[in-house]
Amino acid sequence: MWYNIRVMKKVIITVVGRDTVGILAKTCTYLARNNINILDISQTVVGGYFNMMMIVDGSKCRKGFDRVGAELAELGNGIGLRIRCQKSEIFEKMHRV
Amino acid sequence: MINLSEGLETNRMILEENLDVRTITMGISLLDCAESSVDRTCRNIYAKITRLAKDIVKTGDDIGREFGVPIVNKRVSITPAAIVGASCCRRPRDFVKIARTLDRAAKKLGINFIGGYSAVVSKGMTPADELLIRSIPEAMASTERVCSSVNVGSTKTGIDMDAVRLMGEIVKETAERTKDRDSLGCAKLVVLCNAPDDNPFMAGAFHGVSEGDAVVNVGVSGPGVVNYVLRNTCRGVGFEELCETIKKTAFKITRVGQLVAQEASKRLGVPFGIIDLSLAPTPAVGDSVADILKEIGLEHPGAPGTTAALALLNDQVKKGGVMASSYVGGLSGAFIPVSEDQGMIDAVNAGALTIEKLEAMTCVCSVGLDMIAVPGSTSAATISGIIADEAAIGMVNQKTTAVRIIPVAGKRVGEKVEFGGLLGHAPVMRVSKFSCEKMIARRGRIPAPIHSFKN
Repeated sequence: MWYNIRVMKKVIITVVGRDTVGILAKTCTYLARNNINILDISQTVVGGYFNMMMIVDGSKCRKGFDRVGAELAELGNGIGLRIRCQKSEIFEKMHRV
Repeated sequence: MINLSEGLETNRMILEENLDVRTITMGISLLDCAESSVDRTCRNIYAKITRLAKDIVKTGDDIGREFGVPIVNKRVSITPAAIVGASCCRRPRDFVKIARTLDRAAKKLGINFIGGYSAVVSKGMTPADELLIRSIPEAMASTERVCSSVNVGSTKTGIDMDAVRLMGEIVKETAERTKDRDSLGCAKLVVLCNAPDDNPFMAGAFHGVSEGDAVVNVGVSGPGVVNYVLRNTCRGVGFEELCETIKKTAFKITRVGQLVAQEASKRLGVPFGIIDLSLAPTPAVGDSVADILKEIGLEHPGAPGTTAALALLNDQVKKGGVMASSYVGGLSGAFIPVSEDQGMIDAVNAGALTIEKLEAMTCVCSVGLDMIAVPGSTSAATISGIIADEAAIGMVNQKTTAVRIIPVAGKRVGEKVEFGGLLGHAPVMRVSKFSCEKMIARRGRIPAPIHSFKN
């Protein structure tokens, strides 16, 4: 499982799209089923648009990064949302000196 | 901890403003591949490139997926081929064998370009340099992915006008040899002054002799991001705020490049070389340096004030980017290719932008007259004259300048040329009809300028 630990330790999941009932529930259910722990979560709805960002720890997940990313994207497509899964460093490097 | 608005900003840059890492380029030294037989040298070259860079495409794609940022190009640059082939190539066609070997290696790796079919002749040409230069038309016509460059001058050495004269003829011949594809060969051929050893961008990339055995260089991009920020926060503001905004944006863009470069270096087991801080446009709408100039306040690039606006932009990109990366090099600055930037194409079509104005713009930005289509009837001497002018700007201003000009066989001013993909399309531009033939016919070199004597 070392590969999962390497790439899944701190991952940022962003969810963007038109607001609807159950977005958080569906996303969290998927994460719980895959043993992915949520470290931080923030969300806002502006003009009917839902924006959410989660910081998660996926080091105990048995699936690889690519598969989790693809499954979350698919889950999002099913409910008209864009769900992206990215390693946290890109955000940290860009916004912190 | 990253907050929601920062998270969304990063993704907006990537998804809506075309933020990408333009290229991961692995520089590979081929000095140890040289032998006395052309075939053995070619075998060594193929083996070394395909061994060292075998994972470059997969690594680039993996990093892109994990960080969620597109890494558009994965490429390789090599030691100038004139040096590698000097011990075995006796005729131009021997060098063409090396070009074909490079093309095969590029195809095997799945990369779109390989750079370094080059000669550095800033003071004079060795017989091998001249053979390589004379082989360029055949090499460009018979390969798909090989890029060629010739460095004809530097601040330290002056300008080799014999090489400049020869390159005018070679550019014309390359256009003729690839006339069935709108003279596409010339889009893969660039003539430079003060060429850097670590440039990751094509067509001028080569792995200089000052470099180690292998190195990873990364070119960042992101004109769309700068344009978006200026459009949304800087309309009507003073120059101080305008410059600060560009600087901060350049910092963010470059940090992504730095992250990708370090990851690529670690995974490929090859040292990190430099980040090239460049605003490199693509033909995609919204990915244009010209649009930034318009956002600064010009009706079209080419209007009075363009050179000042570009100088400002170029300087702020460097100031923001330098802080974001541990090593900066390559060309580093705003690129102003015509065919690869929709805003530039529009400016030419509107009659706002001429070759003379572009020449002025190259005094204050990287790199030079880039991807400019001119009539096929343009004489070799005129092309040499244009090259000499650019080289003089580079030599005197201690900066890199370049000419990538395409005298499109059979086309006239105003007609359109389609290069395809990232190379884009361009209107054929007007060239001065006055002759420089007698000057170009002179032999020898232009001496180095007085301010190059620093010892």
